[in-house]
Amino acid sequence: MNFELTPEQRDAQIKFRQFVDRYVAPNAAEYDRNQTTPIELVKIMADEGYLGALVPSTYLTKQDDISNQAANQTQEMDPLTWGILCEEIGKASGSLVSLLTVHSMVIQTLIKWGTKEQRDKWLPLLATGKVIGGFGLTEAKVGSDAKNAQTTAIKDGDNYILNGQKRWISFGQVANLFLILAQVDGKATAFLVEREQDGFSTEPITGMLGFRSAMLATLNMENCQIPASNMVGKIGFGFSHVAGTALDQGRYCIAWGCVGIAQGSLEASLSYSTQRKQFGVSLKEHQLIQELVADMITQTQAARMLCYNAAFLRQSKDPSVIMETSMAKYFASRTALKVASDAVQIHGANGCSDSYPVERHFRDAKIMEIIEGSNQMQQIIISRYGYQKYLSNQPK
Amino acid sequence: MNTEDIMPKLTKFVGQYVNISEITNDLDLFASGRVNSLFAMQLVLFVEKEFGFKVENEDLDYENFKSIDAILGFIQRKLAAPAA
Repeated sequence: MNFELTPEQRDAQIKFRQFVDRYVAPNAAEYDRNQTTPIELVKIMADEGYLGALVPSTYLTKQDDISNQAANQTQEMDPLTWGILCEEIGKASGSLVSLLTVHSMVIQTLIKWGTKEQRDKWLPLLATGKVIGGFGLTEAKVGSDAKNAQTTAIKDGDNYILNGQKRWISFGQVANLFLILAQVDGKATAFLVEREQDGFSTEPITGMLGFRSAMLATLNMENCQIPASNMVGKIGFGFSHVAGTALDQGRYCIAWGCVGIAQGSLEASLSYSTQRKQFGVSLKEHQLIQELVADMITQTQAARMLCYNAAFLRQSKDPSVIMETSMAKYFASRTALKVASDAVQIHGANGCSDSYPVERHFRDAKIMEIIEGSNQMQQIIISRYGYQKYLSNQPK
Repeated sequence: MNTEDIMPKLTKFVGQYVNISEITNDLDLFASGRVNSLFAMQLVLFVEKEFGFKVENEDLDYENFKSIDAILGFIQRKLAAPAA
């Protein structure tokens, strides 16, 4: 496994940093306070080619119209470059990582399980940000027990009628194409639902601990009629395969975003502890601060190495990528919370103020332990995997 | 590729998750609770990487994945089918 970035990946990292320094970092606190992300920023991300970076080039039709920057700028990224993008954005805004996360979850799922018609119709629109993807799995009464979602889909001629409610949906306020998990005769099944569909509506969710600018929403479906051709995958495969693909992608993005939160918290702490003086010397001269910083550096790098490993396995399409991504998400989200917490500690009272970014990193990091499969679910999955491997290796 | 070529690779993969000596090739791996939904995705990645074909939307049929025999039959049918 080679951990050295290629020249192209290094160039991309520099470009991502310039983008974040210009458009994200200066405004992230304000967006958090206002609990919104301006649609102009989403448009800029599309124009930079970030929203379509996982769409195969065959779906990226270059446009003669030079004003269509997104179509011309977008290039397919390898998994590591995509991870670096999530890290760089996570350094400034965990909320914005969730846009890349949910949007790419819909893209990856359509690439893998969409029909030709669905891919041809939606991937070019998702790639250019003309359509924003959202992922509707969680419900008010169903979180980790996602297989037992209560939303129903009943066949009616050439259509399905959906009834139910999805909750805590990132960018649900602005997304216009949702991948919705519903039960068809008790079998988990996935559907594409457009915002403009009759019977579909959204309600903004505010007052969250973190992800405050992730534009969360509740999705309501009341006799929402959609064409049967909007089914993704087959009846009964909605959770195991369709949501499975989406969640694997989601965990990959979140893991890298968490490395970003940790790195952002670390860099803020290095800067603060260099400038701030107590007892006549800068904070960095105090050994207990050095202890905190040493752990922050080591844990962040360890999380990044797990993400590199997941990127490598993703590139080679190795079956072990599913478990290794789960481990990366689990460890990186714990790391993000611990490092952000230590960053608040180093900043003292200033760290509890929104004049400094670390309190926002701390709040966003807590959300990372819960989304795309809570860390308790990751622990169950990882430990079960360990026992499976142990038992399968026992002498026959 | 014949059964003798496919089977060792398949049982080696399944053997990472299930003690092969305890099961028969026709045992329903999912209904018996031996594997979970994550195995389903790992299986897709395995057959794609090992045998070089894509598992498509239209392949999503429980009968293709439920047992070692079922997976073997699925791999053989995919390999025999003309490339899309």
